[in-house]
Amino acid sequence: MTTVIPLSEAVPGQTLRIRRLELNGTMRRRLLDLGFVPGAEVYVLQKSPLGDPVAFRVSHTTIALRKEESSKIFGELPGGEG
Amino acid sequence: MMRHCCENGASCHHKNPSDQKGKTTRFRVALAGNPNTGKSTLFNALTGLRQHTGNWPGKTVLRAEGTYSFKDVTYTVIDLPGTYSLYSNSADEEVARDYIVFEQPDVTVVVLDATSLERNLNLALQVLEMSERVVVCLNLMDEANRKGIRIDDRKLSSKLGVPVVKTAARDGKGLTELKETVEGVARGHIQTRPFRIRYSDEMEEKIKTIEADIRTIFGNDLPSRWIALRLLDGDPSLTEALKKRIGKEESTDGAIAQPPYPAEA
Amino acid sequence: MEPSLNPLIRPKHNQLDTLASKARSLADPDNRDNMVSSIYKTSRAIVGDVVQYTDRQQRQHSERLDRILTSKIWGYPIMLAMLATVFWLTIAGANVPSSMLAETFAWLEGYITLAFQAVHAPDWLHGLLVLGLYRGISWVVSVMLPPMAIFFPVFALLENFGYLPRVAFNMDRLFKRSGGHGKQSLTMAMGFGCNAAAIMSTRIIESPRERMLAILTNNFVPCNGRWPTLIVLSSLFMAAGVASGLQTFVTAAVVLGIVLFGIVVTLTVSWVLSKTALRGVPTHYTLELPPYRRPKFWNTVIRATLDKSLFVLKRAVIIAAPAGVITWILANLFVGDMSILEHIVAFLDPFARALGLDGYILMAFILGLPANEIVLPILLMGYLSTGAMTEVEDMAALKQIFLDHGWTWLTALNMMLFSLLHYPCGTTLFNIYKETKSPKWTFLAFAIPTGIAIGVTFTVAQVVRGLGWV
Ligand SMILES: Nc1nc2c(ncn2[C@@H]2O[C@H](COP(=O)(O)OP(=O)(O)OP(=O)(O)O)[C@@H](O)[C@H]2O)c(=O)[nH]1
Ligand SMILES: [Mg+2]
Repeated sequence: MTTVIPLSEAVPGQTLRIRRLELNGTMRRRLLDLGFVPGAEVYVLQKSPLGDPVAFRVSHTTIALRKEESSKIFGELPGGEG
Repeated sequence: MMRHCCENGASCHHKNPSDQKGKTTRFRVALAGNPNTGKSTLFNALTGLRQHTGNWPGKTVLRAEGTYSFKDVTYTVIDLPGTYSLYSNSADEEVARDYIVFEQPDVTVVVLDATSLERNLNLALQVLEMSERVVVCLNLMDEANRKGIRIDDRKLSSKLGVPVVKTAARDGKGLTELKETVEGVARGHIQTRPFRIRYSDEMEEKIKTIEADIRTIFGNDLPSRWIALRLLDGDPSLTEALKKRIGKEESTDGAIAQPPYPAEA
Repeated sequence: MEPSLNPLIRPKHNQLDTLASKARSLADPDNRDNMVSSIYKTSRAIVGDVVQYTDRQQRQHSERLDRILTSKIWGYPIMLAMLATVFWLTIAGANVPSSMLAETFAWLEGYITLAFQAVHAPDWLHGLLVLGLYRGISWVVSVMLPPMAIFFPVFALLENFGYLPRVAFNMDRLFKRSGGHGKQSLTMAMGFGCNAAAIMSTRIIESPRERMLAILTNNFVPCNGRWPTLIVLSSLFMAAGVASGLQTFVTAAVVLGIVLFGIVVTLTVSWVLSKTALRGVPTHYTLELPPYRRPKFWNTVIRATLDKSLFVLKRAVIIAAPAGVITWILANLFVGDMSILEHIVAFLDPFARALGLDGYILMAFILGLPANEIVLPILLMGYLSTGAMTEVEDMAALKQIFLDHGWTWLTALNMMLFSLLHYPCGTTLFNIYKETKSPKWTFLAFAIPTGIAIGVTFTVAQVVRGLGWV
């Protein structure tokens, strides 16, 4: 059983496998270039002191995203794992 | 009036260095790569100049030039702003893109961060798509070693079809080998067979249709496959850039070209 | 490549348009994904083949450090503490070398004067070259060089360590609230060094609207030409009553307060602009946080010191020197019974008083348009009846000059505020014009800060006087 959630709803410590990006234009391109491609694993690192943005580990790099973007990237939580 | 050619020092377009009659041979070597991979550090190590460096992506926003001599030949090195992709849109990244795509240096050194190769190869593969004479420079090798990352450079080289050199620019390691390799590629002693991505059949079909038209307009001056891809990517700004190119105006220099806002909004 | 002949351009443009629309018909949102996916699939396959990862511990070093440096509890306190430490180091460390430099210059001046007398040089020449030019340079060098030679190496260490992107990460929320871009904090950090260079660094902000915000507000970060004014004035007037052991702390705290006020103004102005002339919503944002790197200590320190010292010296010679000469001439050419300088001062004085300043200070800011470095030297030169800049031997003597001209702590505070908030220097304005290609926005980049500087100093002056605090 897998659940698909937006990255913004994952909590630090969780790993998601990206399913789809519901963004268009330059931002989509930029996210793809940074490694947020379908199939990639994203590990949620931590929130910034004021709660947003959030840092993610993707493709061996650390990228911070605001909620506006991370809520449009959907990934699946590997079944069972929290 | 004279045609502006050498306005920025080295923007002259000499595909073949021997074109420059009488003068000593000169090669132009561009340093391209993701942000923060040590391009400016490498530039400084090669040229002895002092470009600013810093551990954050986006330190360099303008291109800089310097020279070094190797075996009696002068090399002009161009330090470019970092870019994640040749399809990007920020002003600093456009400087890099335009240089690699339109100016076509004699050798393009793609500087990669050895600690995050996967992301870095994204750009490297894009460069390989449109340039013949490429050297891949695996920088930050000291950090990669410390982090227990082992890279088989020979295998990487045979896969990419271009030479791969490991460096630690901050410690000045691997520079001689890099210079040797750049020389070999510049002079054609080292033959490169850059890896070309094959897209899905459907995409390749589309590319082919467009590419033919591009060649009729531009001849072989510009990388037609790259332009085709970029047009298929649906980038409206490219058509404008190309028109400017035809009009012989300067390619975008990164400034906000027009006042982007109405007087009162 | 052959230059295209004009008649050929038109048909080619048309061809291109046809081509573009053809591409558009083939373009498909999936193309993009197909392309990047193909590339990434290839990268992943290659990496899987040629790279081996062994030591997981080491790779997560930065992430562990980030858990502290960007944590909810410690993120902001550490940021403030770092800033305060940098200021304190700068102020505490600069005192001794500053006075040593000043003494050396004064000592040298004696010999230069002797040399002038030996060749029977006319008085006006000595006045122009030694009292104007030489002292102008001495002043700038002794007051500016030591703090800059401490501040910038320390800053460079932080920068090469990788701390700046963390600041951008921590602060992003505030910038988003005010309609700006998180990377604005990176361009502000560059502003500490030089606003003109920081204008170029705004290129890292993709969205034109947010980039314009960063350009228009960059000036509220004090650059290396304004640090000395802030440091000198706060140490002379703000830390005066405190026990001597605490003085550097108080000075550092005041400077920190001024810088934080600049940040508040930046956020406020960004907010107002993004609700009015630069209306719009925050666009997209991605920020890479690179791994922390241990800087090469001595390399970084020596390079930053040399670079900054050369920079300061160059500015001193190119700008401060001619300004010294011009000021000397203005102060020594008489119209009626007052020098031209005094006429200007008398004209500016009433307005300046309303701002808690005086005519000399305002004149110094006006003549200082080419470079902020020369504001303080010009001011001092103006104050001296001889029209030449005073020797920089002693801080107490310096304070006495100010007191003789009726300074209070309010004058010092408002001069600091005006320095922080007023129009950008000439070079910065030029870069703003180059980057925006717009006279209108360049003018706004001049007018907005100036308006704020006048408004804030006026308000402060009225409130302080109204409450009878001075
Ligand atoms: N350990 C190590 N650090 C390096 C090496 N090369 C560069 N660095 C550091 O990496 C950081 C980035 O270096 P830069 O040369 O500024 O990188 P860049 O590619 O020019 O970056 P942008 O201009 O932002 O694209 C700096 O802190 C350098 O000191 C290296 O070989 N080893
Ligand atoms: Mg650089």
